[in-house]
Amino acid sequence: MKILVTVKRVTDYERKAKITPDGSALVTEGMNFVPNPFDEIAVEEALRLAKTHGGEVVVVSIGPKDAVQQIRQALAMGANRGILVEAEDVDPDGVARILQKIIADEAPNLVVMGKQDTDNDANQVGQLLAGYLDWPQATFASKKEGLDSDQEKKQVPGVVIEGEKATVIREVDGGLETLQVSLPAIVTTDLRLNHPRFASLPGIMKAKKKEVKELGVDAIGVDVSPKVRILEYKEPAERQAGVTVSDVDQLLEKLKNEAKVL
Amino acid sequence: MSNILVIAEVSEGELKRATLTCIGFARQAAERTGGTVQALVVGKGVGAHAETLAKYVSTVHVADDGAFEKPLAETYAKAIAAAAESAGAHVVCMAATAHGKDVMPRAAALLQAGMASDIVGFGKDGMQLQRPIQAGNVIATVELTTEVKVVTTRPTEFEAATESEAAGEVKALTVDVGTPKTTFVAFDKVASERPELGDASVVVSGGRGLKESGNFPALIEPLADKLNAAIGASRAVVDAGWVPNDMQVGQTGKVVAPNLYIAVGISGAIQHVAGMKGSKTIVAINKDPEAPIFAIADYGLVEDLFKVVPELTEKI
Repeated sequence: MKILVTVKRVTDYERKAKITPDGSALVTEGMNFVPNPFDEIAVEEALRLAKTHGGEVVVVSIGPKDAVQQIRQALAMGANRGILVEAEDVDPDGVARILQKIIADEAPNLVVMGKQDTDNDANQVGQLLAGYLDWPQATFASKKEGLDSDQEKKQVPGVVIEGEKATVIREVDGGLETLQVSLPAIVTTDLRLNHPRFASLPGIMKAKKKEVKELGVDAIGVDVSPKVRILEYKEPAERQAGVTVSDVDQLLEKLKNEAKVL
Repeated sequence: MSNILVIAEVSEGELKRATLTCIGFARQAAERTGGTVQALVVGKGVGAHAETLAKYVSTVHVADDGAFEKPLAETYAKAIAAAAESAGAHVVCMAATAHGKDVMPRAAALLQAGMASDIVGFGKDGMQLQRPIQAGNVIATVELTTEVKVVTTRPTEFEAATESEAAGEVKALTVDVGTPKTTFVAFDKVASERPELGDASVVVSGGRGLKESGNFPALIEPLADKLNAAIGASRAVVDAGWVPNDMQVGQTGKVVAPNLYIAVGISGAIQHVAGMKGSKTIVAINKDPEAPIFAIADYGLVEDLFKVVPELTEKI
């Protein structure tokens, strides 16, 4: 089977974002860039599925030229080849439209993507893409066995594929939901699906020789004019640090008489 | 096309309170752009919920069909698109619950609409909308350029609507769902007698400082019982499998804003803080005085939680 997986280049989520003084942009200079952590989980799941069922994993990124680094990281984990679409400041709808075109060419059986990225936090692309393709979707994929389980240690995929159907356990409000979708389908990954592997040194060496096709957004022939326009960035209202209390009695006194929440 | 359509959510037979907060958003939007506030309820046997919703909006569209017994994005998105057309809606909105996040972008694709996720407020004019990005460290003001605009709203940021004076009308909606390619298999509910995390007025959360899973029932649950509180957790302990996924508070989990949030043994990573910094009063208990949680806590207690949490439970 052919599995297409997406990887976005994002700013290091451990570091706090900064806004330019005029509020028109986010500061990117001096920032570290990493693969979106949800996408690393997607790559891991795709690799496990390909190992279990046989087949190829194709990594796609849409972003600046440097996003090839994040594609190489996925190739070093074990993906087979990459496609980079060079385009900047594309909104989720534009990303979904570009992916729709790539999927028309590649005809994968399954698309696995992170449920959201840690820059924009929109959580839209997988669902938009499923809507445009009229494919079924299983978002927020998870599993019942924990990340300490034997299944996880044995790198068993959470998504179960039998014939032309995939069974996916999803994180929803109030519990876990199980859906079955016919293939081809879109799966988006949540945090508890797996622990992504680290790239091995031989993996990194091999990745240098793997094919990465680079395409300009014009070559794709999609209108990516934004449907979401960002007007301004600003800092949220900051909470002030309060006081340190010396013991439980003082805490209770404050909660009762000052905060009046007890 | 100038009306606002709110997509209601029914879960386990109950109309979710988050729906009323989305109606709260829709009323504010209607003041800015004109038009009526309407609602859509989708499901099987949801007539009573339609009657309830009619107390809040001018028109309730009801897609009541066996095909909608389970909330599948594939079929529900079609109902939303059909209702948006029937309502003449220029804004289609739903609370940013797990179901809302799943179905609304798909509906946006069907409507060729731009979408803004997880809205927390309005910008200066018209339908300028504010949304948190970068784990809540930045607020972006956005504008959707399409005629139909799809929005999900963060339930903690909008007041639940109160009933209107005049009851609205209820209209049946017929939807062609075709042959769905998605089948519902099972729902494994996390059994809990406690208030729902998103709605609770008090939340007690535990983190890695608790050291092992057994300390959740030993320390956190008795305190939560005393306060009739919901229980939350940091990502670290959810990932470790100590508590169900459903309890994770944070940018990628649940966003909560209770009157009182008690963080026990939680360091305060930015992703966690993004999920609880809207709380009215925050208490942090941690033995590490350098823990970042203290920078946003109203009351910090730098102490060994194994000593002070039982004492707190005892004295409340």
